Amino acid sequence: MEPTNVHDPEYYHKVVDCQYACPAHTPVPEYIRLIAAEKYTEAYMVNWESNVFPGVLGRTCDRPCEPACRRGRVDEEPVAICRLKRVAADNKGDITHLLPKIPTKGNGKRIALIGGGPASLTVARDLAPLGYEIHVFDEQIKGGGMMRSQIPSFRLPESVLDEEVNNILNLGIHQHFKTYVSSLKSVLDDGYDAVFIGTGAPRGRDLSNLPGRAEGQANIHVGIEWLASVAFEHTKQIGKKVIVLGGGNTAMDCCRTSRRLGGEEVKVVVRSPFSEMRASPWEKEDAQHEDIPILDNHVPVSFVSENGKLKGMTFEKVHAVYDEKGKRSLVPTGEPHVFIEADDVLVAIGQENYFPWIERDLGIEFDKWEMPSVNSLTFQSTNEKVFFGGDAALGPKNVITAVAQGHSAAVSIDLYCQGKSLDVRPDPFTNLVSQKMGIHEWSYDSIVTNDDRFVVPQAEKALTLKDRKKEVELGFDKLVGFKEAERCLNCDIQTVFTENRCIECDACMDVCPTDCITFTTNGTEEDLRTRLMAPSLRLDQDLLVSDTLAATGRVMVKDEDVCLHCGLCAERCPTSAWDMQKFFYNTTKAHHGCGQH
Amino acid sequence: MTYIRPTFRHPDLPKNKINFTKKDYEGALSTLCAGCGHDSISGAIAQACFELSVEPHRIAKLSGIGCSSKTPAYFLGNSHGFNSVHGRMPSVATGAYLANRDLLYFGVSGDGDSASIGMGQFVHAIRRNLNMVYLVMNNGCYGLTKGQDSATADNGSKSKAGSVNQFNAIDLVGLSMELGATFVARSFSGDKAQLIPLIKAAIKHPGFAFIDVISPCVTFNNNVGSTKSYDYVREHIEATSTVDFVPIMEEITANYEDSKEITLHDGSALQLQKLHQGWNPEDKLSAMIALQNAKEKGEILTGLVYIEPNTNALHDVLQTAKTPLNILNEDVLCPGIDALEALNESLR
Repeated sequence: MEPTNVHDPEYYHKVVDCQYACPAHTPVPEYIRLIAAEKYTEAYMVNWESNVFPGVLGRTCDRPCEPACRRGRVDEEPVAICRLKRVAADNKGDITHLLPKIPTKGNGKRIALIGGGPASLTVARDLAPLGYEIHVFDEQIKGGGMMRSQIPSFRLPESVLDEEVNNILNLGIHQHFKTYVSSLKSVLDDGYDAVFIGTGAPRGRDLSNLPGRAEGQANIHVGIEWLASVAFEHTKQIGKKVIVLGGGNTAMDCCRTSRRLGGEEVKVVVRSPFSEMRASPWEKEDAQHEDIPILDNHVPVSFVSENGKLKGMTFEKVHAVYDEKGKRSLVPTGEPHVFIEADDVLVAIGQENYFPWIERDLGIEFDKWEMPSVNSLTFQSTNEKVFFGGDAALGPKNVITAVAQGHSAAVSIDLYCQGKSLDVRPDPFTNLVSQKMGIHEWSYDSIVTNDDRFVVPQAEKALTLKDRKKEVELGFDKLVGFKEAERCLNCDIQTVFTENRCIECDACMDVCPTDCITFTTNGTEEDLRTRLMAPSLRLDQDLLVSDTLAATGRVMVKDEDVCLHCGLCAERCPTSAWDMQKFFYNTTKAHHGCGQH
Repeated sequence: MTYIRPTFRHPDLPKNKINFTKKDYEGALSTLCAGCGHDSISGAIAQACFELSVEPHRIAKLSGIGCSSKTPAYFLGNSHGFNSVHGRMPSVATGAYLANRDLLYFGVSGDGDSASIGMGQFVHAIRRNLNMVYLVMNNGCYGLTKGQDSATADNGSKSKAGSVNQFNAIDLVGLSMELGATFVARSFSGDKAQLIPLIKAAIKHPGFAFIDVISPCVTFNNNVGSTKSYDYVREHIEATSTVDFVPIMEEITANYEDSKEITLHDGSALQLQKLHQGWNPEDKLSAMIALQNAKEKGEILTGLVYIEPNTNALHDVLQTAKTPLNILNEDVLCPGIDALEALNESLR
C-alpha cells in the first residue's frame, strides 16, 4: 500500500468515529473532556457552535454518533454521548457574553427563511453575525418548528427549547410568526437576496383507503397533527383504549403522549417485526416501560365502527420472509384476523413533504414525487436564489441532519450573496497538536476506565404519567456525568507515526493492548489485512500505513479499528516516533458562532 | 501518571487449542526502558507459549538478577516463577527439575547473570543436560548499573561513554556447544519471525536448549560504535537458515532444494530453508565451523546452530522416578519392611 496521506484532514477525521458519523461533525471527544473537567459552559459552547441546539439534542437526538462509537466495539455499549451533551447544557453558566455580536451596520443583504425550525434557525445563526438582515416566517406562534410541535414536553421541556430558540432569535432576527406563507412568488417579489426554505415534512401519511376510515373519522387522527394539537393545547384528552399505528419515533411519541391524556390501554401496532421497527431502541424501551405493548407483524385490515362510533380495528397476522437479495415481504400466517378494541386510533406511519405554496413556474424543478431538485452539497435549488434545508430538502431525517444542512446552506447563501462560486467551498478548520507533557504524562486522561455505560435515571412513572409536561429523564448528575465522560476513549487524540525516527524495536507492537500495530513487509490492502497481529475484519476502518522503514525495509501498519488511544505505543517508544496528537476538526460554516475563529 | 494498561483486548482475538487467547499469556506491564530488546523477547516467549497451547500453570519461569531476570514478571503472569539469587538460577532450576520433571522449565538470564557471576552454574546446567529452555537476553552491558561492559561485549565495541572494550568476548553459543548442549541457537530481539519458532523448538527439545538472544540496551548500548546496537546487529546479521516450526500432524508444505526438516522428539518438526553453505545443524563440527567462519567475517550468525534431537536428559541418565515428588504417596516412598529386607538381601 502507498503510505497513508495523513495530511488529508479527512483521514484523522474518520478515526474520530463519533464526530465523523455526526451529520454536523460536532467535536464529541473535545466536549466530553470539557465535561470531565467540569467546564460545562465551554462544553456547551463547543456544541452550540456545531449543533446549535445542545439542550434539545442532548435529550432528543437520533444519536448516529453512538452506534459509531469505538467503545461499542471493545465494550458492551458505546459512550452515552447524547446524554453527556445534556450534562453540559444542564450545568452551563451564563453564555450571553459568549454569543456572537451582531454588527451595528448590516451588509445590506436581506434573506428570507421560510419555516422556523432547526434548519432555518441554523441559517439565521450563521448569517446574522455576518451582517445579513434575516427574516424568519412561520405559521406557529413561536419558533422551533417540529421540535416544538412534534417532540412532546415530557421529552423536551418547553423552557429548554425556548432558551435555545431565543438565543438565535435575539441575534436581531426579524420575526414573522403566525404568518403562513402561501406563495413563494410573493416572497421572491419582495426583493430578498436569497430565500431559504426549511418547512420540514409537514404532512403525516394516512390510511385513507382502508375500509371504515371515513366512518371512524372522528376518532382517527394523523400522528404528527395530533401531537401538534397537543403541544399547542388544542387537544387535552384521548379515549381509554388507543391504537397507535406505526413503528417509528413518532409512533412512540404518540403512544406515550396518549398515556398522559387518559389512554389506559394503549397499544402500538406495527406491520414489521419488532427488530426492524424504525424507532430508536431506547424509545421503544421507554414506551414499553410505560406499559405500552408493541404488537409486531400485524397489518391493518379495516377500521371497525358501530353506529358511527369507532370500536376498533382488525389486523392480519403476517411474518417476514426474505428473498436471496434480502428483500423483505410480509406473508400472511393464515391465522384468523385479530380484532383490537379502540376508542381512538393514531396513524403514525410516516410523513411527507408538501409544497402547495411553491408556484411551479419559479424555475424550481420538482421531480415525480413532487420533491424539489436540490444540490445535496450546496442545497441550492434550480432557482439560484432559492435554497432548501432540513426535511424540506432531501426528505425527512432528523434535527441534527437539519442543522448540518442549515450550516451548508448558510455557507452557500453567503458565497452566493458575495457573487462567488458555490462549488469552491472554504476548508474545514483543522489542527494537530502534541499532547505530551512529560514522562508518563499526557494532557488528556489516557487511562481507559472499565465502567459499564451508566443508565440515565428517570422520574417516577406514577408522576410522569399524570403530567404531560413532567420530564421523564432526569439526566446524569455531575458525578455520574464525570464517570460516563471518562468512558470516552479520546479518539481525537491521534496516534501519529514518524517513520524516520523509528528504530524498529517492536516496543509499540508488544505493548499495544488491542494488537493494532504490525511491522511487516508491504503488500496490497487485501493481503496486509490477512497478515496483521489481530484479525482485521472491519474493512470500513482504515489502515495507517507508514513509508518503507530504513533498517529492514518493512512498513508499519496500524489498524485503526479498535485502537484505545491509550497512548502506550507512544509511552513505550524510545524515540518518540509515536506521538499522541490532538486533532481538532471544525466543519466549514459561514460563521463560527462564538467568534473564536 | 498515565502508565496503565487497559483491560480491553481486541474483540476478535484468536484462541488456541486450549481455548486461551494471548491475554492469558501476558504478564504485568514492563517497567524496563522504552524500546528495550528484552520486552520484545518477553513478547516472543508469550507468543510461542500461546501458539504451542501450553497450559500456563504447567510452566515454571526461573531467573536470577538483572534487567533480563526482571522480565519473567512481564510475561506468563499465570505461570509459576522463581526469581533467585544473582547467577544462581541454574541451581534452582536443577532442584525444581529434579523434584518435578513434568513442568516446563523456562530459565531467563542475562549476559552478566550467565557469563560473569553465574558462569560456574551455567556450565554445569549444560553439562548435566537439564530438560529446560535457557534463554540469555544478551545486551553486552550491565544495563542495571549504568552500562559497564559485560563479559559478552565484543573486543573493540564502543560504549555510550566512548571507551572501547579491550577484552575478548565470551561467546555463549560456542561455549555451550563445547560443553555438550544439545540445542543451541542464536537470535535477535528485533527478529520475531526467527525468534518465535526457535523458542517453540527449544520448548519441544527434550534436553538443555540454549538460546542466546542479542537484545540491544536502548539506554546504554545503542550508540554508534557498539556491536550490540539495533543498527549494527541489523547490518551484520546472517542466518544459518530460515526457521519454521511445524506442529505435530501438520503437513510440511514447501520443499525447496536447499531445505532440511528436523523431526523433533514429540513428532513436531523444524523446517529449515536457505541453508548456510556447508552447514548441517545435526553435525556439530559443521556448526562450529560455520560459527568460526562467521566470526572471522565479522558476521553475527543467528538461527538454529546445532541440534541433537534425541537426547538423554538428566532424569534419563539418573533413571529417577517418573512421578513428581509432590504426588509420590507414602506407600510408594515407604514400601514396608518386606521390601527393605529384599533390598538388603540383594546387596549381601
